[in-house]
Amino acid sequence: MMNGIGLHKKLEENTGLLIFGILFVSSIGGLVQVLPSIFQESLKTPTVTTRPYSAVQLIGRDIYIRESCSVCHSQQVRPLLAEVKRYGPYTRAGEAVYDRPFLWGSKRTGPDLHRVGGKYSDIWHRLHLINPRDVVRNSIMPAYPWIAQRAANADGDIQLKMRALQKLGHPYTDGEIEAAPGQLEGLMEIDALIAYLQVLGTSRGPGDTP
Amino acid sequence: MFSVIWAVLGMTAGVYVAAELVWPTLDFGQQWLSFGRLRTLHTNGVIFGFGVSALMGTAFYSVQRTCHVPLFAPKLAWFCCFAWQICVLLGGISLLAGWNGGKEYAELEWPFDIAITLVWVCFAIVFFGTIARRRIKPIYVSNWFYGALIIVIAMLHIVNSLAIPVTISKSYSIFSGAQDAIVQWWYGHNAVGFLLTGGFLGMMYYFLPKHADRPIWSYRLSIIAFWAFVYSYIWAGPHHLHYNAIPEWVQSLAVVMSLILLAPSWATMINGIMTVSGAWQKLRTDPALKFIVLSLAFYGLATFEGPMMAIKSVNVVSHFTDWTIGHVHSGALGWNALITFGTFYFLIPRLMGTGLYSIRLANIHFWMALAGTMLYILAMWGAGVSQGLLWLSLDEIGELSFSFKDIMASMPPYYLLRFVAGLVFLAGALLMTFNLYMTIKGRRTVQVQPPEVRSHQV
Repeated sequence: MMNGIGLHKKLEENTGLLIFGILFVSSIGGLVQVLPSIFQESLKTPTVTTRPYSAVQLIGRDIYIRESCSVCHSQQVRPLLAEVKRYGPYTRAGEAVYDRPFLWGSKRTGPDLHRVGGKYSDIWHRLHLINPRDVVRNSIMPAYPWIAQRAANADGDIQLKMRALQKLGHPYTDGEIEAAPGQLEGLMEIDALIAYLQVLGTSRGPGDTP
Repeated sequence: MFSVIWAVLGMTAGVYVAAELVWPTLDFGQQWLSFGRLRTLHTNGVIFGFGVSALMGTAFYSVQRTCHVPLFAPKLAWFCCFAWQICVLLGGISLLAGWNGGKEYAELEWPFDIAITLVWVCFAIVFFGTIARRRIKPIYVSNWFYGALIIVIAMLHIVNSLAIPVTISKSYSIFSGAQDAIVQWWYGHNAVGFLLTGGFLGMMYYFLPKHADRPIWSYRLSIIAFWAFVYSYIWAGPHHLHYNAIPEWVQSLAVVMSLILLAPSWATMINGIMTVSGAWQKLRTDPALKFIVLSLAFYGLATFEGPMMAIKSVNVVSHFTDWTIGHVHSGALGWNALITFGTFYFLIPRLMGTGLYSIRLANIHFWMALAGTMLYILAMWGAGVSQGLLWLSLDEIGELSFSFKDIMASMPPYYLLRFVAGLVFLAGALLMTFNLYMTIKGRRTVQVQPPEVRSHQV
């Protein structure tokens, strides 16, 4: 024990050693636990049906992020009987490879949304987003009327976004990027958000029934 | 020396500004139109406005006293103070405008990420520069914790914020999906660990012995607990991703390390409580000490609850529910806010060279803070445990017992109670603001005497 104290005496009397010691000791966990997952191929291999988001869906997803939808809605169906019954097939890592950032969330003030795609009609979503209480009487979800009044391409940055993602490895073709502003023409933010919600969780894992 | 004292004053003013930025957002957002943006403002405001400003201020204050030298580069310390306030202010506005990176507790977009990094580097230069020219050979334990705060938060922040900028207000993370999740919770959990736990433990290790006027109970325990804490905290992050689509071994490792973490956490708590032992009579007369001792109790509670919630069979119920929110607030209100209040009550009169304006008001604040925190936790336990159990509940033929809407419909009483709890806590904080304002206003001399350092020999 006296040896340990002697060793620590050196550490606590030398600023540089102390800094190095803290850095060393605190990075072990990260190196052993986090770093391997960065190199684990299975975590970045898309499932057979997973596609990168289309221009419209991508804009919708960024609205979802802007309004912090993920602080109340998770996108992660856990492999538990009750969850699979309530929401649908549980989430696979391969379904999220085009998610930057991931939106799995940590809180369900409202229900999980990973398998919400195709569950409700576009009209339902439109009414619900503009005023949730019109379709769900006791809902405490905020209303988002402003997204129905703003053009989907109001920021005009869709091509920049797709190019950035292309750099990160999303398989967009130059033709798709070229055509993107055209696809957004005439659409409002709410349309884009609905397009995103409708594609959520529709690329299921092998063996899942649709 | 004079400029240093004013630098310290500036830091404390920063703490004020930040604290005032924070309180209006506390809890009110429950049903506001733009809850998503306000909630983000709330978390960022408390952690980075209130929390970091308090830590920066107390770090600059205590490092001078434990090293027996004035701050290294006091002008840079001033810069840290004001630059940080500007970051928090503009950052808050940007969150309201919808600039959002989408990662929890790291929502600020890339221009702010870079600004934060720069301020943080300056913080490190001032802090370690001061330590490097200290006149006492051993570096005091509070400085290890502040040092760990500075180093580890820098590492986490830089890695987790790596992104490709698209426009000034938008960027895409270089990590995606499951990998992004693992990196994010490595960051998210350890921001709690090294900022809200480690940083505030630094505060505890300096101010508690000062209050109690007694040395730390066990020096050896503080060494062991410190290194065990720095080593094991980092591993626990993935317990935020139990049953999510990440590798099983990562989750299991997180459970084990979360349980191990209980040991250094409680060792530090015991060290703190035992330090007060023999000075208990002071609790009757010193409201500041009362705050700090209570905060240690909540620290013990939260660091016990945390590992329990990290066990998968508990987590299956608690995950995604308001229980998590309750847990966070038993730490944030009970531990972080109370110890900071105690420190304010200790520090401001000293810096002003005067007595506290009203001890009676401080005592009232103490009880309001305790009541607010307890009510808050109880409301969230009630809400969280019922959500967790009802979501999982199946009837006798194996179908879901309740729809999500039915479970939602039982929540309003809990949410109302939570609102009241937040209001009580906020009212207490306002009382403190008034008390401290009157203390500053009523100061007798403009010239401020630095408190005498008693604990070390040069």
